[in-house]
Amino acid sequence: MLHIRDLHARAGGKDILKGIELQVRAGEVHAIMGPNGSGKSTLANVLAGRETVEVTRGGVQYKGKDLLAMSPEERAWEGVFLAFQYPVEIPGVSTMYLLKAGLNAIRKHGGQPELDAIEFLAMIKEKMKLVEIDQSFLNRAVNEGFSGGEKKRNEILQMAVLDPSLSILDETDSGLDIDALRVVANGVNALRSKDRSMLVITHYQRLLNYIVPDRVHVLSNGRIVRSGGKELALELESKGYAGIEGQAAGTPSGARPSA
Amino acid sequence: MAKASTKTLEDLTKGEYKYGFVTDIEAETVPRGLNEGIIRAISAKKNEPPFMLEWRLKAYRHWLTMTEPTWANVKYPKIDYQDIIYYSAPKLKKQVGSLEEIDPELLKTYEKLGISLGEQKRLSGVAVDAVFDSVSVATTFKDKLKELGIIFCSFSEAVLEHPDLVQKYLGSVVPHNDNFFAALNSAVFSDGSFAYIPKGVRCPMELSTYFRINAADTGQFERTLIIADEGATVSYLEGCTAPMRDTNQLHAAVVELVALKDATLKYSTVQNWYPGDKQGKGGIYNFVTKRGKCQGDNSKISWTQVETGSAITWKYPSCILQGDNSIGEFYSVAVTNNYQQADTGTKMIHIGRNTKSTIISKGISAGHGQNTYRGMVKIMKGAKGARNYSQCDSLLMGSDCGAHTFPYIEVKNSTARLEHEASTSKIGEDQLFYCRQRGLKPEDAVSMIVNGFCKEVFRELPMEFAVEAQKLLGVSLEGSVG
Repeated sequence: MLHIRDLHARAGGKDILKGIELQVRAGEVHAIMGPNGSGKSTLANVLAGRETVEVTRGGVQYKGKDLLAMSPEERAWEGVFLAFQYPVEIPGVSTMYLLKAGLNAIRKHGGQPELDAIEFLAMIKEKMKLVEIDQSFLNRAVNEGFSGGEKKRNEILQMAVLDPSLSILDETDSGLDIDALRVVANGVNALRSKDRSMLVITHYQRLLNYIVPDRVHVLSNGRIVRSGGKELALELESKGYAGIEGQAAGTPSGARPSA
Repeated sequence: MAKASTKTLEDLTKGEYKYGFVTDIEAETVPRGLNEGIIRAISAKKNEPPFMLEWRLKAYRHWLTMTEPTWANVKYPKIDYQDIIYYSAPKLKKQVGSLEEIDPELLKTYEKLGISLGEQKRLSGVAVDAVFDSVSVATTFKDKLKELGIIFCSFSEAVLEHPDLVQKYLGSVVPHNDNFFAALNSAVFSDGSFAYIPKGVRCPMELSTYFRINAADTGQFERTLIIADEGATVSYLEGCTAPMRDTNQLHAAVVELVALKDATLKYSTVQNWYPGDKQGKGGIYNFVTKRGKCQGDNSKISWTQVETGSAITWKYPSCILQGDNSIGEFYSVAVTNNYQQADTGTKMIHIGRNTKSTIISKGISAGHGQNTYRGMVKIMKGAKGARNYSQCDSLLMGSDCGAHTFPYIEVKNSTARLEHEASTSKIGEDQLFYCRQRGLKPEDAVSMIVNGFCKEVFRELPMEFAVEAQKLLGVSLEGSVG
């Protein structure tokens, strides 16, 4: 599904990613953990195609295609979805309108007929149950005046509607209280499938109690310094990032391709 | 960091002006320049009754004593008023009675603009008065309207056929000496539209005037007068385009609206004059005086404007709320791209008791565009219980443009209630990226964001034109987003 090789990237005039190696197979859920400034969000942005990040070396294969050669919208059409850490507000544009436009662009690309308003409404109503939000949500302007929890639930709703093959969740747990976290995690879990891979980026181990990953990677200073099973997250919880980074310092290059 | 996104923004605001063609048609003009002789010549060409000539000359003599105002937040080189041609009319073989007699070149021009004057393809439900350079060339659905007693014709025709109405209302809202450009217009105006809706009649279709400037170095000075008699209701729309020329052309129009007791008058404008090229060369100076008077109790006047064209837009469609319980509304979207400048807004003058006004202004600046909202809310002594709500929002695209807001408030009655809200935001790289991540192309994303921003204004437009306005906005900002 996703194969990242020796990925280097710059943002804001600084080298942030310094040789990421990562392979994610269809249906797998990988967690990327790391302290602030380790490059987690930059990785998410590179994969989604944000133009403010410049790739200086390496490559990314997605479903056998060169991901980095595609525009952000082409990646969306091909099934890449990013749940934003800070979803933006778009005044005057309803969530319904944005989602319908997005979904139909994706469907058109895939050679499927576009959904009309009625079909779309029927479909989205189903998906809304996943994240426990009511219909008034759809007519409100995108993220405008939403609480932190509502914004994140909206991201998961969008993921459910757009039905991506690769979902990148960028610190979806940040700013959520425990109830909202549970709702969001339940939504994500319901969307796990053998055809969908997920990259769950998080600072805290807490989220991984709810979304149990197949693999955990520790990102530090632009490289993956440790990879392991779900128990690695617990080890991190007890030792802290400093402990793990210290251990990893001895490993040459620090990068270990995941299984 | 914003380099890449600014570039995309620039690309998206670089759309081409689609209406820039020139019609090859023989025109009858008066010599360049302005003096009493020219004014007499214009009046004579139009076979005007003496009162009209007198009025023009009174305005001209007053104009000579005035100086051009400079207080607006716009910059332009000095206009040489002796270097303008004040009258230009496409040569017609004789008085046009039916469309067959109109020059096919003219019909083609309007077809190209999407305005069909031909019987078969007329916009259903819209009566159109087509003004080409200085004169009205065709008015559709005239007979059908006549059955209801509605008068809808060119201003010239009204002067000849309905002199009593013209004499009664002309200058009653915008006097001949109101301001520099209005005085100039009063002296030289060549044509425009006239509408009168009789007592208790609800006009069954949109009335619309389509203004087109064709000839070079010509000023367009049209005058529109609309009267809604007691209990009447009418909705009127104005559209405008001009060819691409690298010299500036002056457009100094005057619009007067009169709403008598219980009347409702809605005036919508989709203004798309040639804005000049990307370096700011050429384009129309749109210096217009628009004012409505809610003369009778319970009357209502509503202005909606979508201003996307012109090198400079300088106008304040206003309402004088004289009747008790009268209502004034102003909904505006003003777009400035490349080197366009706009200084626009409204004046709401509350005179009667329990008068209400609403102002919703949306300014969009892209490229090097400068956008100014200037508005005045004035509550006079007798305006007991007056209310106003104002909202001014600005949207910036890119980092070389500007937005400015100058709200003036003057309150002389302590029972008045006023609210003012203002915001400035920027179409950010982050909004655009968010939409693209969801699968939208950049141009679709920008159009969606901008239309979202303008929603409160667009919903005030008549249905057919709301769609047109959205498209127009897309074209105006094409190439400006990323």
